[in-house]
Amino acid sequence: MDDLNLENVTEQYFDVLKELGNIGAGNATTALAQMLQCKVDMKVPQVKLLEFGELGEMMGGEEKIMAGIYLCVEGDITGSIMFLLAKDAARHLVSKLMGMELTGDDFSEIETSALKEIGNIITGAYLNSLSTITNLKIYPSVPALTIDMAGAILSVPAIEFGTLGDKILLIQTQFTDDYELDGFFVLVPDLESYGKILSALGLR
Amino acid sequence: MSELIKVGMADLKLCISPDSVTTLGLGSCVGVAIRDPQTKVGGLAHVMLPDSTAIRNNINIYKFADTGITELVRIMEEAGAKRSRMVAKIAGGAQMFAFQNKNDLVRVGERNVEASIKKLKELKIPILAQDTGESYGRTVIFYPENGDFVIRAVGKPEKVI
Repeated sequence: MDDLNLENVTEQYFDVLKELGNIGAGNATTALAQMLQCKVDMKVPQVKLLEFGELGEMMGGEEKIMAGIYLCVEGDITGSIMFLLAKDAARHLVSKLMGMELTGDDFSEIETSALKEIGNIITGAYLNSLSTITNLKIYPSVPALTIDMAGAILSVPAIEFGTLGDKILLIQTQFTDDYELDGFFVLVPDLESYGKILSALGLR
Repeated sequence: MSELIKVGMADLKLCISPDSVTTLGLGSCVGVAIRDPQTKVGGLAHVMLPDSTAIRNNINIYKFADTGITELVRIMEEAGAKRSRMVAKIAGGAQMFAFQNKNDLVRVGERNVEASIKKLKELKIPILAQDTGESYGRTVIFYPENGDFVIRAVGKPEKVI
């Protein structure tokens, strides 16, 4: 499907992505609730096709410190998936998971590994639902984690989208336990995989 | 009053002293700052990808190192700068995530730096300083007045190159 161009994503396709985002984020929320052993609510995710220039604003500024968890995806489709959340939200989740207050401003080795696990579970739940709906085999790689400025983290998926066009597709999900957490998914299938996802859904 | 001009991702801006120009949160992208010390005409490009000829969808010339730098030089010349006097500084091109399987896209930071250096060489614009690679994001501010290129990173002292 080399004629794919993100500029002309159809309404229908957008709805499909929204629905996938919804189900994926729903699964991710359930996984998060199980992991934290508490009730977690989720708002309807918002799927957005943004200009590169709008990205920073959406995240609350290019320099906002965020945690980004990035995995490569292999199997029937290839590409990558990223889950982002603000650093304070990440700290909240880690402290909840570990059942203790975090000290200091940075993540220790074990806290980093807990955060990777959170990212793993959330993205895993997301990919699982994608796999179930499309009936495609999807295998995620070991997650890589970085804590840095939003703009810098997002440059990685933005560059991948940059090879297709001038926009980036972002799924924003708000989770709430006793704390409001804004999470962002960026799913970057390669060109061929976009076609496969659409075919699997009977859209082309 | 001097102004601070903001450059977004895959964008570039002309900047004439006493104004300064910034781009926030450079990751694997590269910030290319050029100035003519005599007229103090400068500019900053935030390039995302190395090569416009490798991609079919290349309408946005600001996005690529090759076409972006050429365009920045062109608008600087239009504003009175002279190519023969121009000097450059570059920053960014980090590898934000450590992956075992090093494919081309993972190496894109490095490739952006290489492509920017190549293009500047081609245009015979000397590179006075660079702060590239590593694994962290950078915010940069460029002052065409004196050529200072300020670099900020999370948890690191500010530096000027």
